[in-house]
Amino acid sequence: MNADTVLQAERRRRSKVFFMLGILGVLIVAAFLLSMNAGSFRMSPGTVLNTLFGNGTDKEKLVLFEFRLPRISIALLVGAGLALSGCVLQGISRNGLADPGILGINAGSGLVVLMFVAFYPSTDAAPVFALPVLALLGACLTALVIFGMAYKRGEGILPSRLILTGIAIAAAISSATIVLMLRISPEKYQFVATWMAGSIWGSTWTFVLALLPWLIAFGAYIMLKARTLDVFGLGEQTASGLGAPVSKDRTRLLLVAAGLAGACVAVSGGIGFVGLIGPHIARRLVGPRHSALLPTSALCGALLLLIADTISRAMPTASEIPTGIVVAVIGAPYFLYLMARSRA
Amino acid sequence: MSATSSSDLQAGPARKSAPAVKSRPAAAAVVLVAGLAALAFALALSIAFGAADISLATVWNAVFHYNADLQEHLIIHELRMPRALAGALTGACFAVAGALMQGMTRNPLADSGLLGLNSGAALALALCFAFAPGTPYLVIIVWCFVGAGVAAGIVYGIGSLSKGGLTPVRLVLAGAAVSALFTALSEGVALYFRIGQDLAFWYAGGLAGTKWTQLDAILPWTAVALVLSMMLSRSITLLSLGEEVASGLGLNIGRTRMFALLLVLVLAGTAVSAVGAVAFVGLLIPHVTRYLVGVDYRFIIPCSAVLGALLIVLADIGARMIDPPYESPIGALIALIGVPFFLYLARRERREL
Repeated sequence: MNADTVLQAERRRRSKVFFMLGILGVLIVAAFLLSMNAGSFRMSPGTVLNTLFGNGTDKEKLVLFEFRLPRISIALLVGAGLALSGCVLQGISRNGLADPGILGINAGSGLVVLMFVAFYPSTDAAPVFALPVLALLGACLTALVIFGMAYKRGEGILPSRLILTGIAIAAAISSATIVLMLRISPEKYQFVATWMAGSIWGSTWTFVLALLPWLIAFGAYIMLKARTLDVFGLGEQTASGLGAPVSKDRTRLLLVAAGLAGACVAVSGGIGFVGLIGPHIARRLVGPRHSALLPTSALCGALLLLIADTISRAMPTASEIPTGIVVAVIGAPYFLYLMARSRA
Repeated sequence: MSATSSSDLQAGPARKSAPAVKSRPAAAAVVLVAGLAALAFALALSIAFGAADISLATVWNAVFHYNADLQEHLIIHELRMPRALAGALTGACFAVAGALMQGMTRNPLADSGLLGLNSGAALALALCFAFAPGTPYLVIIVWCFVGAGVAAGIVYGIGSLSKGGLTPVRLVLAGAAVSALFTALSEGVALYFRIGQDLAFWYAGGLAGTKWTQLDAILPWTAVALVLSMMLSRSITLLSLGEEVASGLGLNIGRTRMFALLLVLVLAGTAVSAVGAVAFVGLLIPHVTRYLVGVDYRFIIPCSAVLGALLIVLADIGARMIDPPYESPIGALIALIGVPFFLYLARRERREL
């Protein structure tokens, strides 16, 4: 291959990436508009646009600005955050099965929520507002325990050790969860099971504002480190041979991934699948380079979660189906289809 | 990235020279003999322990000189023996299934649950509870097995239908996706019909109420599958060295893989349908065994069987002891025993998995 064909291939690759990002962007806008209409209070696309530009009735404004817009924003942010976090974890550990769940984040926040619900005297409205904070607390604690146990002086955190430790801690937490789950009353069980299956709880502007800075800061940091993530993919020795400060970068990236996933799970409940599948879908679309992979993952995750959330709101059932369930039901077949088609 | 990642992840055992990665026949012999002795003792203990106190001597007599007129012998024969034996059998099944999966996919995170077995069985169970409440236990077991089979079939089908055939990476990913799908569906069914807690009871795994009829139903399958797994162990060792090495040494990769998957389906499918999804055994035991006896699956598979059986029998004793007369979920007990040990191993492990 001479320099010309290499350049051409590079250009073609790049335009393919921009094309994919463009398509995903268009799809997200379309899903956004659709999502505005979905729900028990129907609004036509015209009304939505009208209201967006300030010409709606009070009721329409209320529904749109106070209920739907924040919820949609949360879905987008959480989807993007989880997918980014998963992408980083898979890159660092070089294991395609790694996802935020490996840091014990879902399990930890689930257990704390469960403990709170189990020992709180009633199922009043009050605990609902405490849930995100507790969930974040649980997620951070678990991540800290896992990091602490995987850390060894002089070696830092080895990815293999992190994964094994994560599995062990998650298993311990989920068995504690099972034991506790079997002892609570059926109403409380239903409530906790819904939370754990992942439904978007914190759907107000406060939560959007709380989540946004994390996502921007962490997202930017991760994008800056895209090259380092590429180098990690070559293996430990090669990476340090190429001059990457492996141990330091790895620890920082792990902390960032954990923070990102923890913040997301706090408002969304245990939606785990996006973090696993978002990066894989992106990889099938744009290939393994992180400079392209990271933004594509984020968009895939956001799109997936937005569609899933729209469906879960639009379903004509008495009780809302948790978004996490819808994510898996639509995400898994699409992923399997992509996999059956591709060669790698 | 995924294509390269998982395959060079497992290059570890062949490459590094840490003591843990050599195969150690002597250690394997010690583990086998000591494990079997411990298992026999644990079985006797499991039979002796319970609401009615029975001495070990009586256990011995009941097993070898059975007398149907004695009430103690009756208890041992009808209640405790099937339970203890079922525990040992399912433990061996889960552990061997996990060892096969890890060797075949060369991914240390793989266990039989990755074939979608647990999720398939769970979905079948949820559907049984939702649409046909009151289905007899034995029929539910059959449905669970069918569900596990369907899930495994989908995973295998999608993995091998795609261009380029069934690679370990593809198997693992398809398994994760199908598991997530089936789990989500059964969660949905459980929430919609409000049967989650009933399901959790069944699913948390327990050996209570195991009867001879159940044991008779699963014994022939699992015994044959266990023997076949040991016969296949040499090929699994080759597979675990990597595709190129294995085919270079004259192994028919596709056929070995299909055969091994069938064995996993039978082993884990019957075990899941009999005691519920006792997670972690299939993941933990092969790791521990590899640490003890090295990387040769001819030693790993029989040793895993013994240690897996031992773990579940011990956990079952614990499940009855902690909070009598109630039984704690056996899965929780296994985590209690397994997690600290696993953490210890994870800390000692220096090589890349």
